[in-house]
Amino acid sequence: MNWINNVVPPKIRSLLTTRREPPDDFWRKCGGCGQMTDKKALEQNQFVFPCCNHHDRVDAKSRLKLLFDKGEFTIVAAPEVPLDPLKFRDGKRYTDRLKEAKTKTELTDAVLIGEGTLDGRPIVAAAQDFRFMGGSLGMAAGEAVATAMEHAVDKRAPFILFAASGGARMQEGILSLMQMPRTTIGVRRLRAARLPYIVVLTDPTTGGVTASYAMLGDVHIAEPGALICFAGPRVIEQTIREQLPEGFQRAEYLLAHGMVDMVVHRHKLRETLSRVVRVLGSGQGDTSGRAKGLRGARGRANGHFNGSALDGKEMEALAREGNALIEPVADEERFPSRKADVRTGRGDDGKPKSGGGAKGTA
Amino acid sequence: MRTYIEFEKPIAELEAKVAELRSLSSDGSNVSIAEEIGRLEQKAKQLLAETYAKLNPWQKTMVARVSERPHCLDYVGGLIEDFTTLAGDRYYAEDAAIVGGLGTFRGRGVMVIGHEKGHDTESRIKHNFGMARPEGYRKAVRLMEMADRFGLAVISLVDTAGAYPGVGAEERGQAEAIARSIDCCLSLGVPMVTVIIGEGGSGGAIAIATANRILMLEHSIYTVASPEAAAAILWRDKGKAIDAATSMRITAQDLMDLKVIDEIIPEPVGGAHRDKAETISRAGAAIEKALKSFDGLSADELREHRAERFMKMGRSI
Repeated sequence: MNWINNVVPPKIRSLLTTRREPPDDFWRKCGGCGQMTDKKALEQNQFVFPCCNHHDRVDAKSRLKLLFDKGEFTIVAAPEVPLDPLKFRDGKRYTDRLKEAKTKTELTDAVLIGEGTLDGRPIVAAAQDFRFMGGSLGMAAGEAVATAMEHAVDKRAPFILFAASGGARMQEGILSLMQMPRTTIGVRRLRAARLPYIVVLTDPTTGGVTASYAMLGDVHIAEPGALICFAGPRVIEQTIREQLPEGFQRAEYLLAHGMVDMVVHRHKLRETLSRVVRVLGSGQGDTSGRAKGLRGARGRANGHFNGSALDGKEMEALAREGNALIEPVADEERFPSRKADVRTGRGDDGKPKSGGGAKGTA
Repeated sequence: MRTYIEFEKPIAELEAKVAELRSLSSDGSNVSIAEEIGRLEQKAKQLLAETYAKLNPWQKTMVARVSERPHCLDYVGGLIEDFTTLAGDRYYAEDAAIVGGLGTFRGRGVMVIGHEKGHDTESRIKHNFGMARPEGYRKAVRLMEMADRFGLAVISLVDTAGAYPGVGAEERGQAEAIARSIDCCLSLGVPMVTVIIGEGGSGGAIAIATANRILMLEHSIYTVASPEAAAAILWRDKGKAIDAATSMRITAQDLMDLKVIDEIIPEPVGGAHRDKAETISRAGAAIEKALKSFDGLSADELREHRAERFMKMGRSI
């Protein structure tokens, strides 16, 4: 057929070639094995590729929909912050970049806060959206995380954070670095109020986000294969000029090195979150005096079993084979919903959350 | 023999000429040469003052990094009596990139922690160029908690390009160590004063700089990422470091405008490295003033002050 290629004009030639890229809006290529999956099916499968269980990145709104009962939640507005305090430009004006990201994602910045119920239990959650300038932590995102945490304290609700970020937002310079202590103050307030703070580390969680609120949770849950680190692999490779170990800085590696409590398949995530929040919350009605007495036990509830005979290598191997951890579960095996178990009179006013009914489509 | 920074070339030339004339005039007392020396010296001095009065952000970056600049242990030597170094994180290792210990500062017991870059090849390697691994931050946490228990004020001296990006550091939880250190700073019921003495680089700096009062030397810098790293991220080109330094607002003066720091400590003419003793004594006076302002505050008030300081940051620019 070579002679044809030489004589036919390019436009017609492209019709003759058999391998054609599928249209972008219908298929999505798996980041794990390269197979194509139809986007609708992917969404129905919680953005997990059926071919090899590769976990695709999830936008903030879909994240919250997957978390809350019936996918319903109310958006909690984050306070406005000064835009572009440094008058920054890097080839393009920062304000233009912001505008583009807002149009693309229909978000105000990289963090979306939602309020709703999880198995009947009131929850405040925040999700970072990697599509919004790499989920980077700037003033708006920092303010949103802090606001979400404060909101949880006000509502006496557990707080769940879905981290996804390339790190600090360079365009805001030092003010972006200052979000590390600011968000940490939020974590401390949750802690002082004895409210569970669960971090779900998703692909990727890096830089200043990992080095502040994302590593300070009571329980750390990572999604399979997620890159979680402080300095990214590229930076490290440039510094030490050698090949990095396989699986370096991936969720399973962090599990083996004691940085996360578990690696959980997305299909099991909701059940796991619900269980953790329920058990942690079950001690909450107590007086502060009793809660103090429980302090020793809390460590164990977090899953830190010291003296485990398994060494890191074995743990990592197990996690990687991971049938128990990364296989989808059948419905009947799932954690039963415990709506009947919602406690009343734990310092809260006990009335049903008005926010729970609003649609999460705002 | 003084080393000169690139932009100091004209000053170097003048000073070289002065030195040359000096060696000529030493064998005979020629009046005209002596006059010429005086004139040139005056000129060099003036040029130095003029140059340093209007350094651009990139030039400041170079000044902040100059190896003769006084480092953490110089300040400790000049300001702290009975200094007793404490080592180790009690988990894994001793990391000399962060040094720390007990001592007396103008009559009060203090805990000092700081990044040490080292002053020659051997000490630079020992201190890993001031780039700490998780053990460094965990040691900092240990010392800060000890200070809190014994009611000692914490003085932290920041001088790092950033936390060390290595396989081992990541493996042992660099991010977690930094996060815990920020958390620990916020938990202190004793006053904490930070001085950025050279480079304040990224998470590696803020880990021990979440203080009640943050002071900064006139020609030091404080950034979210080193200009080179920021250039690599924004332009995918390390060569754009000058652009990054210029647009990121990293100088003490910029940070004062942004209300991120509280006070600028003026450096002697020609930078801290031209008069170490004077720099150290100025820093000492500023630290003393800062610590005095917190006298009489309760532990809760100090914690509240610190949290408030950071929470209002950026809300009014």
